[in-house]
Amino acid sequence: MTAVEETRHRPRLWRDVRVLRAVIQVLAGAAVLIILYVLWFNLTNNLRAAGLPTGFDFLTQPLGVDIPGSDISPSAPIWRGLLNAVKNTLALVVVGIPLLTLIGVLVGVARLSTNWLVAKAAGLYVEIIRNIPPLLIIFFVFNAVVLRFPVLQESLNISDLVIVNNRYLAMVGFTAQPNFGPFLAIIAVALLIAAGVWWWRTRRSEATGVPHHRFLWALGVFTILTLIGFVALGGPIGLSRPILDGRALEGGYTGLAAYWAVLAALVLYTASHVAEIVRGSILAVPRGQSEAANAIALTPFQRLRYVVMPQAMRIAIPPIISQYLNFTKNTSLAIAIGYAEMTRITFQLIGNGQPAPQMIFLLMGGYLIFSLIISLIVNVVNRRMQLVTR
Amino acid sequence: MTVEAPVFEEAPPQVEPARGPMDWARKNLFNNWYNSLLTLALAALVIWALVALLRGLLSAEYEIIRANLRLFMIGEFPADQLWRPWAATYCFAVMLGMVGGSIAAGARDRASEAGLPYVRTTLRQVVIRFWPILALIAVILSFTTTVTPTLLTIGALVVGLGSYYLGRVLPRAVRRWTWLIAVVLIAASYISLAGFGGVGWQGWGGLQLNLFLTFAGLLVAFPFGLLLAMGRRSSLPVIRTISVGYIELVRGVPLITVLIAGAFAIGFIIPRDIRPGFVTRMLIAIIAFEAAYIAEVVRGGLQAVPRGQVEAAQAVGLAPWKTMRLIVLPQALRATIPAMVGQFISLFKDTTLVAVLGITELLEATFVVNSQTAYLGKGLFVVTLSFAALIFWVGCYTMSRESRRLERKLGVGER
Repeated sequence: MTAVEETRHRPRLWRDVRVLRAVIQVLAGAAVLIILYVLWFNLTNNLRAAGLPTGFDFLTQPLGVDIPGSDISPSAPIWRGLLNAVKNTLALVVVGIPLLTLIGVLVGVARLSTNWLVAKAAGLYVEIIRNIPPLLIIFFVFNAVVLRFPVLQESLNISDLVIVNNRYLAMVGFTAQPNFGPFLAIIAVALLIAAGVWWWRTRRSEATGVPHHRFLWALGVFTILTLIGFVALGGPIGLSRPILDGRALEGGYTGLAAYWAVLAALVLYTASHVAEIVRGSILAVPRGQSEAANAIALTPFQRLRYVVMPQAMRIAIPPIISQYLNFTKNTSLAIAIGYAEMTRITFQLIGNGQPAPQMIFLLMGGYLIFSLIISLIVNVVNRRMQLVTR
Repeated sequence: MTVEAPVFEEAPPQVEPARGPMDWARKNLFNNWYNSLLTLALAALVIWALVALLRGLLSAEYEIIRANLRLFMIGEFPADQLWRPWAATYCFAVMLGMVGGSIAAGARDRASEAGLPYVRTTLRQVVIRFWPILALIAVILSFTTTVTPTLLTIGALVVGLGSYYLGRVLPRAVRRWTWLIAVVLIAASYISLAGFGGVGWQGWGGLQLNLFLTFAGLLVAFPFGLLLAMGRRSSLPVIRTISVGYIELVRGVPLITVLIAGAFAIGFIIPRDIRPGFVTRMLIAIIAFEAAYIAEVVRGGLQAVPRGQVEAAQAVGLAPWKTMRLIVLPQALRATIPAMVGQFISLFKDTTLVAVLGITELLEATFVVNSQTAYLGKGLFVVTLSFAALIFWVGCYTMSRESRRLERKLGVGER
């Protein structure tokens, strides 16, 4: 056997991997920069030629459009209208995400129920809703259901608790009475004591091995303390009933019909996707886990709560959070039925002669910030779950 | 500390096979008190929904669909040019048939070379797999007023079936060029629609436009998505940063904002003497959007290829580009087929968004017809929207079933 001959000559320049790598990257970077520069050049030129502003100073100009369901007048500056739009988008997201999680998990579990009818009904819901465009569902709920509600003057009034018409949906709500401040303090104290009880039950369980029931204990203590506070302060929270006064609704919680239509449609749509994820995750838990739970005589509820669900949720949570992201992005479809969220306002303002590139930049930036926040949450959740399990 | 052994009060019940409907109902519907309650409540709800649905179906005014069926299907296509969509349909039928036939023949040949039994797909299986689409065609045809469309549709089905058998019996040397025949046929269908005084895609509408935006959007976006996916896995930092930046930026915003940018902002950033039409700008926006999603799908496929494959290719001295083209991509793309079908479904649903910008595709058409004088204020949205929903549902449901079947067949989910 001969020894490996050492070849130490440098490769020619155009065959040298290090040179090639550098050249390719410089070329790609330069190409992107040149394209961006050309686009920027065109943009500023075209904006100037069209007589539009090239900066963001226009945001202090008057809005010029009326926003339904808000007290912002058309003469308010544009940035106030945009902030209101962000608030309206958030109103959909904050209410929608818990709702769709609840419905999605329930339906996903129901699809695996031993009750034949429950499983089939859940399957029917998922297979129908999942395969229809969300925009069509929004239109259906709005045009075929909500717009068929009675007009304002003939509102459906269910004993002053709920008022329904084709413009608003109002529900009985709560109002703070004068002594609401002290009550908040009592709630805070009750929460602290409940946390203490939680900690005490945990310690006791660890020391003696008796079941801790810390959730029930803490909840019980919290409820009792809050109730005592509520009675002692003589009812710090009052009910506010919605009142139909001529053409306006006052009191209670009032939402635009368009808001409820978008919320209902998107929650139904996204929940069907969440249900599929939950079902798939439960099926992904090995059968042996359930059998082992049966072998140590856990009840069906205990099996689901302590054995199957913790493992299924570890699989399900990342895709469910990406459904939250989809939900957030889909709220932009509210534009179609005129609910004044971010996309709708942007669309209106562009139609009103505001510069389109800047408006779209702000709009996309807004959604990117939402997406960034949600993907940060995904990362944190992923890291925590990995630490907890392995 | 002592651990008490669990006490079994009784032997676990033996699972017996059901003996008749009463026994089945007791086991599956009424096996304890809360299941019985649930069953009764749900049964009431289901019966109520069925009755409401039946009454709605029987009492609905279908005249609005019958009178506007052409608008729903092909938009404002000139009435004296109707032979054009039909010619395009026939081209597509031949194309689909021949591609399907040659794929089946290829599978048959590979199986016989490997000495494996080849199970032929029978016509009956195809009917079972695609019954929703056949049912939908029947429903749509039931709204036609003359017999011509029915005859033409049956003709197209027969021609498609004939092309399938033609594709199966083609000699191997010809079969290698099926892709070329497919490209020619697709071009022919476009020419028959738009060429020689026809209507280009700027004037299309209805379901035809939804399908066009879906197919064209995915086909054109695919090469870009492939490049972006390879860029994202590249070891060159600059290229990786560009790819990741593009993908994440696009995936962070809703499609509707990209469409709005296509409608109102593209005109500002391209030179002033290029003025693409409105539908073209929508298509550009869809392509830019889909490329990022396809990139993620392809990246999933690339990650599914075991590292050993690349190492083996390097060991036999393949150049990086050849490793990619001959070893990695064929395996990666095969693994992405189910996910690509999923992407197809979601784009098909998303093409309805161009309605917001006023293009008369299928969903917008359901609104246009409700503002016709004959139907204004009659509140027929339920009828028209249900009709559109049925079409979308059939398309998406059939494809999602097919994608699940492919997933099982390719064994993608089993790794």
